[in-house]
Amino acid sequence: MTFLQLEHLTKRFDGTMAVDDLSLTIERGEMLALLGPSGSGKTTTLRLLAGFEVPERGRVVVEGEDVTRLEPVARRFGMVFQHYALFPHLDVGQNLAFGLESLGVGGDELERRVARALTLVDMAGFERRRIGQLSGGQQQRVALARALAPEPRVLLLDEPLSNLDPSLRERTRREIRELIRRVGITTVLVTHEQDEAFDLGDRVAVLRGGKLEQVGTPEELYASPLSEFVAAFVGRSSAIDVVVLGPGGRGARVAVEGVEWDLTDTNDAPAGPALMVVRPEALRLMPPAPGTLAGTVTARRFTGASSLFTILTDGGASLEVTGPPRSVSAGERVGVMPSRRAGGGIHLFPRRSP
Amino acid sequence: MTRGRRLELLGGLLLIVLLWLIVYPLVLVLIEGFFGPSGWTLDFVRMFFEQRNEAQALWGSLWISLVSVILAAAIGIPLAFLFGRYDFPGRSVLGWLVALPAVLPPLVGVIAFLFLYGESGFISLLLQRVFRLEEAPWTLQGAGAILLVHAYSMYVYFYLFTRSGLASLDASALEAAASLGAGRWRTLRRVVLPLLYPSLAGAALLTFMTSLASFSAPYIFGGGFRVMTTQIVATRLNGDNELAMIETVSLTLIALAGLWLLRAPSALDNVAGGRKGTAPTRIRVRRRSVRFGLALVGWGLALMLLLPHLTLLLVSFVPLGTWTTEPVPPAYTWRNYLTLIEDPVRARPLFNSIWLACISTLAAVGIALMAGLLAVRRRVRGRGMIEAVLAVPWAVPGTVFAIALATAFSVRAPWAGRFVLVGTLWILPLAYLVRNLPITSRAILAGFRALDPSLDEAAATLGAGRWRTLRRVTLPLLRPALVAGASLAFVTAFGDFVTSIMLYTYDTRPISLEILSSLRQSDVGVAAAYGVVLMAVSAAVFALGADRGSGG
Repeated sequence: MTFLQLEHLTKRFDGTMAVDDLSLTIERGEMLALLGPSGSGKTTTLRLLAGFEVPERGRVVVEGEDVTRLEPVARRFGMVFQHYALFPHLDVGQNLAFGLESLGVGGDELERRVARALTLVDMAGFERRRIGQLSGGQQQRVALARALAPEPRVLLLDEPLSNLDPSLRERTRREIRELIRRVGITTVLVTHEQDEAFDLGDRVAVLRGGKLEQVGTPEELYASPLSEFVAAFVGRSSAIDVVVLGPGGRGARVAVEGVEWDLTDTNDAPAGPALMVVRPEALRLMPPAPGTLAGTVTARRFTGASSLFTILTDGGASLEVTGPPRSVSAGERVGVMPSRRAGGGIHLFPRRSP
Repeated sequence: MTRGRRLELLGGLLLIVLLWLIVYPLVLVLIEGFFGPSGWTLDFVRMFFEQRNEAQALWGSLWISLVSVILAAAIGIPLAFLFGRYDFPGRSVLGWLVALPAVLPPLVGVIAFLFLYGESGFISLLLQRVFRLEEAPWTLQGAGAILLVHAYSMYVYFYLFTRSGLASLDASALEAAASLGAGRWRTLRRVVLPLLYPSLAGAALLTFMTSLASFSAPYIFGGGFRVMTTQIVATRLNGDNELAMIETVSLTLIALAGLWLLRAPSALDNVAGGRKGTAPTRIRVRRRSVRFGLALVGWGLALMLLLPHLTLLLVSFVPLGTWTTEPVPPAYTWRNYLTLIEDPVRARPLFNSIWLACISTLAAVGIALMAGLLAVRRRVRGRGMIEAVLAVPWAVPGTVFAIALATAFSVRAPWAGRFVLVGTLWILPLAYLVRNLPITSRAILAGFRALDPSLDEAAATLGAGRWRTLRRVTLPLLRPALVAGASLAFVTAFGDFVTSIMLYTYDTRPISLEILSSLRQSDVGVAAAYGVVLMAVSAAVFALGADRGSGG
């Protein structure tokens, strides 16, 4: 059942399109991640949802109610800000009480609900602490508790982990995910980190230049990107110009720098010039031989079970290839081939004009 | 009407009020200076250029201001380095004492110098006695006297600006210079001074503008030596109104030229601005003799800087007519202070100054808050204009504003936005308000800029309406800026002399005018007692501002 609906949202700032005809639907209790590089319109979308910006066109509908023109005060959308925006002159308890007081909650009921919200984020007993005495992670949790305390209809998270130490991020991510699942609140979060979007979002909407590029589960986005942009932005990949010669066995037959490859499990592409976007694990390295793409190893990055090699092909393209940790070293000549288990790791996007 | 429209309307309204209060009177001055009985004319401009004393006054203003900058820098910068970079016994107490001239309102500083170095001042009488001189060793008159007072009261700008500049230096910049093999002098010349440039330029600008606008010192000590501010007042007293307007215009032009030449947009904000990185640690002076020397120099200096304050205090206990030629007054009494309280006629100015300062401070804070909400927070159209107009009185000497307001509000022409306020209770609070708007709004607008806008948005998502957000979030967070802005405004208005002397009425005579008239009646005790009151209130308000402002 659709809970939150964005219909044809359009917002311009001084003539530049920030959000361009964006439509999305979010189910009750679902967590949607808005993913995109800076300037993609993801933050503006969140601010349109919160009511800080008014769209030129389009609607925001919650449970069938059109809230597009509703002031933020009246929306009952909770928000966690990028820098938390905790009130520095109030203590933790007063920060949490702030939203509840707006609802007219007072007395024992207020104290009880503040305590409950703090328990929810595992910070019971922190009521009288000052904001300045909290660590970054604690501030983040207080911000989350403050947003959740008045039991909003929708929770909005603006880059929730960007202010944290890298070492804290993974743990906090897990905590946020579990907490939100437990509360069961419909959530929209904004991030430019693919890991974060994939880990937190039930579905991920990839934005670019204010437009929706693709929306789907992380698996869908990774396995079948609909555009070059999504293919390149989601997950590691490298791109190389190819010519599609025609359909091959189960995929396509392409020419890469004069070498012909039969690709299996790739998408259909019309004959002609195309861009091939390849995941590192969809390629393999072997000694230079006919039928392989010849190149030189320029860098090796050890990642644990395997290494990530950067290959400069003789044609001048740069490819990333996964391989056994110490198979080759920098400066060596190698040949590149599609991996036998390429498994949907190669995508062809026709070039519209040469 | 939508919320946005309403805000735009409010912004427009605020701009109109500011233009009416600040720009319009100045424009009227311009018009009067070029408008004679027979229409537009340059007669008064010609008159201005033909009279020798006009050129002399103009030149006097200019060179006095430039020399004041040099003197203030020569005293303030080394002091700031001494207290900011070196550590020696008594450093923190002395560093604080050195800023004390800031609590002397201009007129009070001037009379303190009079009691101290004037012909019948302590120092003069002492020297006369010691060296058995026939008469006072010097006369405290003319350019030298003015420069002495300026140097004393204005080095504080250089001292405070340089110290805050030094405090905001990043230690790593100095360490980087050292690691690149730069010696102490090279580091000073190539790293420290360039980094201090904004602070120094800000101090130079402030000193230049303050001494250009300085009125008390030239008025009391000038004698035959005229600067533009005293010239304007004299011309006006002669009844040459149009000529006074031309003089006013010329002084304004110099002020604006100075502002343009020394423009350092962010320098003033630097003083209050946050620091990045860690401040360099002070250099501990180890050699015993040097430590001792520094402490001695420091205490000597502090004593010299404190002499005017002490003098004022001492003189305030001298009964009327008992002190003539003795180096130290022979008798002391509480009488002068009791007079201030008991005699209704003498007590009136104290009461006047309090309510005038309170009203103008409240109004200035109110307008600055409005401007902050509309121009900084809501970013209404015309916000640039609002800020620019608010800054105008800072660039325009007080004398000029007094003339401008006296011109604008001495005519009844409601359709032209002119009312007769001169001679009423309302002209002085209005004048103080206009004069205070730049400092007050500067502090409060800076406070608004430092507020994270997402705090407002957070309050909104938590269901707090506009008023609750203002009361519970915005105002509490703005408190340091509000306290700073209000205390600066109050102190300036409380001690004002330059606009008061041109606009006061008998019923609204403020403390400064009472000091002047007591002095004329040789009632030095009461004059000094009033001076002490001004000094004490200034110090108390500054201390409160520093205390409350930093807390929370």
